[in-house]
Amino acid sequence: MSGFNTSRAKLNAFLIEIGELSYFATRFFKEAFKRPFEFKEFLYQCYNIGNRSLLLVGVTGFIIGLVLTLQTRPTLMDFGAVSWMPSMVGISIVREIGPIITALVCAGKISSGIGAELGSMRVTEQIDAMEVSGTNPFKYLVVTRVLAVTFMLPLLVIFGDAIALFGSFLVENVKGNVSFTLYFNQVFNALEFGDIIPATIKSFFFGLAIGLVGCFKGYFSTKGTAGVGKAANSAVVFTSLLLFIIDFIAVFVTDIFYDL
Amino acid sequence: MVLEIKNLHKSFGDNHVLNGFNMQLYQGENLVIMGKSGSGKSVMIKCLVGLMEVDKGTITVMDNDITKLDQKSLDILRADIGFLFQGSALYDSMTVRENLEFPLRRHKRKFKNHNNTEELVIEALKNVGLEHTIDLMPAELSGGMKRRVALARTLILQPKIILYDEPTSGLDPITAKEIIILMQDIQKTYGTSSLIITHDVDCARVISDRMILLIDGVDYAKGTFKELSTANDPKIKAFFKQ
Repeated sequence: MSGFNTSRAKLNAFLIEIGELSYFATRFFKEAFKRPFEFKEFLYQCYNIGNRSLLLVGVTGFIIGLVLTLQTRPTLMDFGAVSWMPSMVGISIVREIGPIITALVCAGKISSGIGAELGSMRVTEQIDAMEVSGTNPFKYLVVTRVLAVTFMLPLLVIFGDAIALFGSFLVENVKGNVSFTLYFNQVFNALEFGDIIPATIKSFFFGLAIGLVGCFKGYFSTKGTAGVGKAANSAVVFTSLLLFIIDFIAVFVTDIFYDL
Repeated sequence: MVLEIKNLHKSFGDNHVLNGFNMQLYQGENLVIMGKSGSGKSVMIKCLVGLMEVDKGTITVMDNDITKLDQKSLDILRADIGFLFQGSALYDSMTVRENLEFPLRRHKRKFKNHNNTEELVIEALKNVGLEHTIDLMPAELSGGMKRRVALARTLILQPKIILYDEPTSGLDPITAKEIIILMQDIQKTYGTSSLIITHDVDCARVISDRMILLIDGVDYAKGTFKELSTANDPKIKAFFKQ
């Protein structure tokens, strides 16, 4: 019976958290369109979030491109379809692997970073100090960060995709003597708007989820320094779960519109 | 009278922190509110600036009932209320200069005659004797210096009332004394009214014009330091034996 009660309490806590996150998201959309706009802080956060993640996204993308090509090549050779490699890699990276891997990497880096930063600001009363000075901390801290991640993530995805394709090209060039022009010609011939547009749209939603969850966890952080660690950790876990749910919905919707 | 609290109630679940607290703060006076840790002093001071919603009661600051003000009016009123936080609450990611400039960005109208915010920042830092720290980060400052910079940030908006939340907590006795002297100097120079929340008896003795003891969520006793420290009530006596 106590096991049942514990599970029920956990489910209740989870549902309450979902409710609070929804309220937080609603407040974000309301505040985002209200004056005054914190444009300078938004630009700073764009630079900060984009620039800080560039190397990590680049290295991850490069390795994904290399590994994907190296592991797929033998199978395609068995079927005599190795010439399809650029098309296959191009489509899989642009449609799915690029956006989800970049988003997961950013969930680990950006969402936890925002969670820890806002969490420490909360427990050291910096957010209260901001409010007392007449600045709306939600607008200054949350709206700017969420918007910055939302706009930066699609750019990081495009960057990550490009690096991944370059990594794949290097393998093809070394193993199959395929030229740069031929490789990318085949990649772009295989790609359609139906591949690029849904991937870009879902990247915006990935960014929104990363920013919102990171800010939500940090903004309502409690219980001192232990709470800051918990905020950072739960931001990553919750964001990662949310990313897969968004991805599933995005693929489902894309399937309806583009008839995959 | 610049500030008045009437019948203030605040609870967190079943924990009734304030149970009908009353107080008045007069122009130019230093009012000390003493209470044990967890007695609701910080909750009361946060209710005063609208950081927490009250359950019941009224808080009148310079003829404005802050429990009924909209956000815009509250923000304007906050320019006249300085708040020194217990842990200084300096913004970690900003330099001392940026920390002091931050409150000015929302209250430009109040300083329309000052074209240069740099002058205001330097003047505020001079008041606390730390003009040489202007380009340092908060992490590079000692605890006492952080408290002084926080005080400078509080002063930069030229408030009429300053609320001090445990101004000497976490400081060594010498630095604590320096902060108390600084608070007295500020009061003399600017004629501000100060509400000081503390459980430091020495601080209360030096700085208070009048005191209120916050016990069991109510204003249990009022008077000067001398009156309260010589009272026969066991609850009050126990307090001054700390």
